[in-house]
Amino acid sequence: MSIVGHYNYWIVAVLMMTGFYIVIASNNLIKRLVGLSVFQTSVFLLYISMGKIGGGTAPIVAAGVKHYSNPLPHVLILTAIVVGIATLALGLALVVRIHETYGTIEEDEIHAQDEEEAL
Amino acid sequence: MLAVTALALARLHDLFAIAMLSGIYSLVSAVLFVMLDAVDVAFTEASVGAGVATVFLLSTLALTASREKTVPRKSLLALVVVVITGAALIYGTIDIPPFGDPDNPIHHHVAPRYVHDSPQEIGIPNMVTSILASYRGYDTLGETVVIFTAAIGVLLLIGGKRRVSSKDKNE
Amino acid sequence: MKHYPIPRLAAKLLLPVIILFALYVQFHGDYGPGGGFQAGVIFAAGIILYGLVYGLDSARQLCPPWLLQLGISLGVMIYAGVGVVALLLGGNFLDYNVLDPHDPVHGQHLGILLVELGVGITVAAVMITIFFAFAGRRG
Repeated sequence: MSIVGHYNYWIVAVLMMTGFYIVIASNNLIKRLVGLSVFQTSVFLLYISMGKIGGGTAPIVAAGVKHYSNPLPHVLILTAIVVGIATLALGLALVVRIHETYGTIEEDEIHAQDEEEAL
Repeated sequence: MLAVTALALARLHDLFAIAMLSGIYSLVSAVLFVMLDAVDVAFTEASVGAGVATVFLLSTLALTASREKTVPRKSLLALVVVVITGAALIYGTIDIPPFGDPDNPIHHHVAPRYVHDSPQEIGIPNMVTSILASYRGYDTLGETVVIFTAAIGVLLLIGGKRRVSSKDKNE
Repeated sequence: MKHYPIPRLAAKLLLPVIILFALYVQFHGDYGPGGGFQAGVIFAAGIILYGLVYGLDSARQLCPPWLLQLGISLGVMIYAGVGVVALLLGGNFLDYNVLDPHDPVHGQHLGILLVELGVGITVAAVMITIFFAFAGRRG
């Protein structure tokens, strides 16, 4: 029971760490944003896994159904996805502006240019 | 499956492939959401993640570089940090109540009221819609405003015409 | 894309279906999965497809920027306006029960429909606006 019972949460942890690794290890701003959305999806998965009831069905009223999965996490995640795309778009817009100003989207090159200017 | 796609994302350096693969990743996670009974969420994830987000990523790539420079900078340190954090998280999952058990604490507080009373109070079968728009109407209003603000932010950042020389404003 | 007849024809065939499906999702969200967010995104995806295949300018003619900017704010206005109307009718903010004095359940129905409409308009307009902003940046 312990192994099967927590399999979903382990996947969540693996996904979360993959996203985290992409965010801290990569230099490229776009790749970081993708990593951030992987991280985000892992959180969605965590919430949805919590809301699942074994033997339950989707939370739409139907005759002859006893158990529904918990609809509350679904609502929260539904809004979170849309907010996620909004922030992703804003981040990408920032990346576009950074590319126009610095001519690159690699973080270390941006830092190098900043230091050159400071000297 | 999802983990494999995510790991491939971490390994790749071609940003074009990354954009495509993130679309596939969203689609796979949408399938997983359907299996976990969250049809509304899966619907949103499929249309947002696999559709619009990919288009946004690609159009950003068209404006910037499409290849990441391969610099294996401090990757080892990052890996160590990630492994330690991941181990802590997995240790934490031992305390989480088992998956799919109806006796879990999350199913005892507000949700039963929604599940039992919303068909009478709201009169529409889809509980997700009734909670989203009625019980949690404030949240959704705030969230609509967030999208509104994001659009204004994007318009302010890149909505206008491109500057003639980007170096001008540094002087 | 001007010289590829197959994508052009496919887009032409798909566009009405996508828009129709978006409207179905919008107004059927009470009964099945769906609602304002999904409908808005699907609608925007249809317009984005059109813009990708037929060029940005013809998509801009289809959805002129003033219409989009109106839509972005109109959706939020509808949502908040429903709340204010409920307030004026003597209920709490966003309390749809008072929208129909005889039948609270019907009032809830009406309120949810209007609110989802507001959400759908805003989401669709925002997504199309962001796409135009990105795509128009190159020129």
